[in-house]
Amino acid sequence: MSMTYSYYKNMQLNNIIFVYQGEVTADLVSSILQMVENKLEGEGEDRKVKKRVFNVMVECLQNVYHHLDALPPTDPSNPVRDKTALLMIGREEKDYYIITGNHVLNDRIPELKSRLDRINRATKEELKQLYQEILTGTGFTEKGTAGLGMIDIARKSGQRLGYDFHPVNEKYSFFSLEARVSRIPEK
Amino acid sequence: MRNLVIEPTSKTPKVILNSDLGIFEITGRSIPEDAIGFYRKILDWIEEYSKSPLPETVFKFQLEYFNTSSSKCLLDIFRKLERMHKNGNKVQIRWHYDSDDEDMAETGQDYQALLDVPFELVPV
Repeated sequence: MSMTYSYYKNMQLNNIIFVYQGEVTADLVSSILQMVENKLEGEGEDRKVKKRVFNVMVECLQNVYHHLDALPPTDPSNPVRDKTALLMIGREEKDYYIITGNHVLNDRIPELKSRLDRINRATKEELKQLYQEILTGTGFTEKGTAGLGMIDIARKSGQRLGYDFHPVNEKYSFFSLEARVSRIPEK
Repeated sequence: MRNLVIEPTSKTPKVILNSDLGIFEITGRSIPEDAIGFYRKILDWIEEYSKSPLPETVFKFQLEYFNTSSSKCLLDIFRKLERMHKNGNKVQIRWHYDSDDEDMAETGQDYQALLDVPFELVPV
């Protein structure tokens, strides 16, 4: 039990509103959205900011739900559970941040990385164009999402997306993605 | 034809498609994981309706939030309405949005630019 206080202080220090580690199901995503929405509501956050945070949160969480590559339960680096991820939401002085972490197959890294870099290099206008091209283009990917999620996150965030691939073993890496939403509403 | 009414949930909008009363509305939030599954029966209904539509069809959208998988389904609905319009029917899309929600206004403008059908932005 002696760890409890240090967990608490650590979360407080890092301005964490919410953190979850475990299996990601559709019901869980619903519950988290509801809870964080209520919290933003209760704290009287600016309406525009609240909407943007909610929007980005929806896309980030559903992105993980649709795209995480589950480690097989037998994998030595996954002794606990299959299909787990990390979801985290925090509030700093200037920004809200939404962080997700999940396993991906190493094979997918180059494609993901180049997509993220392309998004991060794009101007606001280019992101809009890219969004429209995908929207009107090729249809859904095999997992039923439109491939639009990350572009939408970047558009709503208005800031560069942070990301990292942490090698786990020869097959998997741990992919983290951070999106920020400014607390200062645009005029 | 049978009217289609879907009650809202925390992730899906209220839908009223009533050809007797001439009411066509999708309102609320649309953030389901499986947007295709949710919108399939709506698209089927519109497809059926477009075979013999009313003299005028005004379709109201008033969405608080929608996710990117819904955005594709919305475009599919608009495309069906666009086809009705091109076939000589009177069709109007009305995109209602919260007047201080710039993101939703911009999304409406994005759709408007992609479509060849009367598409009105209605701040509320």
